[in-house]
Amino acid sequence: MAPASPAVSQPTTEDTNRTLRVRRYIDRTLPMDHLLPDRQPYYVGSWVYVFGVITIAALVWVVVSGVVLSFMGPQWWHVSGLGRFFNSLHFWSTQLFFLFMVLHLWGQYFMASWRDGRAATWLIGVVIFGASILTAFTGYLSQQNFDSQFIAINAKDAMNGAGIGAFFNVLNFGQMYGLHVMLLPITVTFLVAWHIVMVRTRGVVKPIDPEGGSRS
Amino acid sequence: MKQKDATQEEYYRGIRSVPYDLVKELVIALAGVAIVTIAVAAILSSPDEPPVTIASWSQDDAVDFVTTATGELAGTTTSAGYGQPYNSTADAAQTWGPIAPQVWFGERIPIDSANSFVIEPLQRAAFSNSDLDSALKTWQSASSDDQAKWTDAYTKALADAQVSDGKVTVAEGDYGPLPVMMTNLLGMARSGALDGLLQISGRFYQTDYTPALLFMGDGGYLDGLADHWSLHGDQWGMMNETGQYPGQTWLWLYTMWYQVFPFTDESGILGLNEGNADLGIIILMTVLTAALALVPFIPLLRDVPRWIPIHRLIWRDYYAPKKAKA
Repeated sequence: MAPASPAVSQPTTEDTNRTLRVRRYIDRTLPMDHLLPDRQPYYVGSWVYVFGVITIAALVWVVVSGVVLSFMGPQWWHVSGLGRFFNSLHFWSTQLFFLFMVLHLWGQYFMASWRDGRAATWLIGVVIFGASILTAFTGYLSQQNFDSQFIAINAKDAMNGAGIGAFFNVLNFGQMYGLHVMLLPITVTFLVAWHIVMVRTRGVVKPIDPEGGSRS
Repeated sequence: MKQKDATQEEYYRGIRSVPYDLVKELVIALAGVAIVTIAVAAILSSPDEPPVTIASWSQDDAVDFVTTATGELAGTTTSAGYGQPYNSTADAAQTWGPIAPQVWFGERIPIDSANSFVIEPLQRAAFSNSDLDSALKTWQSASSDDQAKWTDAYTKALADAQVSDGKVTVAEGDYGPLPVMMTNLLGMARSGALDGLLQISGRFYQTDYTPALLFMGDGGYLDGLADHWSLHGDQWGMMNETGQYPGQTWLWLYTMWYQVFPFTDESGILGLNEGNADLGIIILMTVLTAALALVPFIPLLRDVPRWIPIHRLIWRDYYAPKKAKA
């Protein structure tokens, strides 16, 4: 057997292993004790902080009820008592989701929560609000009842007037339903996850300094 | 180090921390929201007013159906003269100065109202109906002046039409082939056949209801039902659903603009008026949404929370010791 060739100078594993680099980046930016904290600054005891978590809870029930409805098909809830109940769960959890989200938004506004490097977290929150409105809108259009008919006929003028209707046809049930059950919920869920990661990465903002404090 | 570059440990240095259970909070929130949602869903259910079909429209309001179909032939309905994306009617699209997105994207969803809603369905039924076949040939070979004369006279006569045994009858007059065409179209509609014919696309599966909804939207029947349920734009309709259920209440600001000047006024201001309200309001809401997203960077808007001491209520524990010292 030929002797092994002398070792050639290689980059260290730390330099070349991308998995290791990604893991270290995550460890550095969002360690587990930040993602799942067991202690918080004492001022986080306010009820306003609850609006965020109950918004997430409502979103969970929106998604769960929506998964059942989409699995059974768009006709099911019109002809089944159980289906109607699941539609009602979807309808009211959506109403609660928006109620809690608006309360969360106003709460964060009056706390000026974008301070100390948190502007992107605020911005993504507003994008979530917009994406949620679009998701709910396509849901109202997908109901297959009188409401969805009239909303479609009425809304087409706004969409067409802005040029959006050429690509986003609210009279096309297939397009609205597809967007509602697939693309838009995935978008909202992804953005919410990103928003939460940003909140956990930076932690909650300090109270506004009585003397003025820092700005974003 | 700037606050925004600090790690959490540096950022919270000197601030007392207290025990906290994030998972417990989430579980309680999930359970609490589930209880409220299940209770409200069980007690209040959800809206599900049956949809209008071409059949139910023609059965409940035959005169409106025939008047609308005649209007499609005359080219006087909303969809016939809509402009883009359905057709290229001149000056029909909403514009604001040089901003004309409706025109820019062109005729992406071409709809010929007269042909799609009236002529083509009748042609499919004419193979076994010689009277209808003859009436259609008369219509299609007539001059546009004759067609206009017939539709005009027939539309006027329909104002005093009578309905009996599912048929619409009007006073004697020169309406050309229209009575035969409309009697057949009404019969097809009442039987439900027209619902299917409006969806024919040459493919088996179909999920695009654009033709049928545009046709129904041209009539007064669906509009009357919407008025009953307060669903119109000038009734804050976007926030309502049938049966007194809440609609998209989060669109309150968007729908509010439809109730106020200049979007309610024929002349308006700065080129914004009732005629281009949809475009104007979409632009306005886009600007306002961008402003909301960029609040952290907009002076005055970002300062409001300092001026209105709601934060003192939110963080009253934080501020309380400082008051005591003072």
